[in-house]
Amino acid sequence: MIKHPIALAGIVLFLFAVAGVGLVAVVNDQTKTRIAANERQALLDQLNALVPANTIDNDIVSDVVSVSDPERLGGKETQVYLGRKAGKPVAAVFTSIVPDGYSGPIKMLVAVRTDGSLGGVRVVSHKETPGLGDKVEERKSDWIYSFENKSLENPPLAKWKVKKDGGVFDQFTGATITPRSVVHTVKNTLIYFRDHGMSLFQKAGA
Amino acid sequence: MATSSYGRLIKDGLWSNNQALVALLGLCPLLAVTNTAVNGLGLGIATLVVITLSNVTVSVIRNWVRPEVRLPVFVLVIASFVTAVELSMNAWFHELYKILGIFIPLIVTNCAIIGRAEAFASKNSLDRSLVDGLAMGIGFTLALTVLGALREMLGMGTLFSQADLMFGEIASGLTLSLGDEFKGMLLAILPPGAFIGLGFMIALKNIIDKRLTQPRKAETVTAARPEPAAG
Repeated sequence: MIKHPIALAGIVLFLFAVAGVGLVAVVNDQTKTRIAANERQALLDQLNALVPANTIDNDIVSDVVSVSDPERLGGKETQVYLGRKAGKPVAAVFTSIVPDGYSGPIKMLVAVRTDGSLGGVRVVSHKETPGLGDKVEERKSDWIYSFENKSLENPPLAKWKVKKDGGVFDQFTGATITPRSVVHTVKNTLIYFRDHGMSLFQKAGA
Repeated sequence: MATSSYGRLIKDGLWSNNQALVALLGLCPLLAVTNTAVNGLGLGIATLVVITLSNVTVSVIRNWVRPEVRLPVFVLVIASFVTAVELSMNAWFHELYKILGIFIPLIVTNCAIIGRAEAFASKNSLDRSLVDGLAMGIGFTLALTVLGALREMLGMGTLFSQADLMFGEIASGLTLSLGDEFKGMLLAILPPGAFIGLGFMIALKNIIDKRLTQPRKAETVTAARPEPAAG
């Protein structure tokens, strides 16, 4: 017999905590494989848009190395997904971060082929102004496609700027900072790849 | 008798005590996710599921929970259901889950839910709590969807864009466009647009309420007024 109402209240609370945790545990157990598969598929879809599935034969989602170069790639750690065909390097996809977006960092995927040309660039997440800076998003404008097949020689390094700064890339009406920063980070990623790119493929091991 | 009391509950939830438009509860998700109709509908349905489950549970346990610990228990119940809903959305509506992001776990803090648990479900029978939860949830969902549709139409010139995230590929045909030359009013998509839009919705509701009560009042007034003296 429990005399203290506070003890009884405590027991009731405890029982509900157990029941709540139990419910969450069961749901977690039922959904976790599906959630993991979803996340993997979403990443694979993004990567395949930049490195077409028929150009590689490895499991690009799992073939990943982690590098650190906050100066050029933004962020303390950068994941690099490596695409290979028959064991030979094809392309590396950098999860570069634009540190100086108009409002906060912009997360991107930058795919660089082994010859130093860009397979493509995509913005994964950003907080830029809707209607102005958010044109870096694929579904808002075609601007992000303008990086395709570009490299450090084409255009030459000095032209890796928005038109306003004397470069070749378009800026947006009312938003120069966003495209300027994105161009800058893409250029830095290419420079990083030129300096370290091929060694990444050895680090991970085929 | 029973049916009319259900009717009363449904009318309260959908209109006269609408949690978003009258009680002004749950404004944080209401204002934040309503930039498209589909986002509003998605979060609305998640809230509907949670409020119904929590109302039913709270009603069932209302006689066992001591008053000292009832609020922690309610929060525990709600948090468990929200987590379950979040995991399920992540598993089955992954794209929509990514868009709604932080606002799904934040359903826990939606005052409308604990409000109904405390003010209604803890004092009423299971069936009435169930009806109340459904009605309040649907009322909230409708407010979210209408505000989302309004902002989406004004801001982007589309309606039900990305409906495929929720209903599968078949629904991609649902998307309406108001014409390609429509550039959209940026303000509607930005946060102030949410406040302004909600303001107009509340105003409209008040006007409708007034219209509904006025004719009767007007009749009584004319009847009471004495006939003007002749000459």
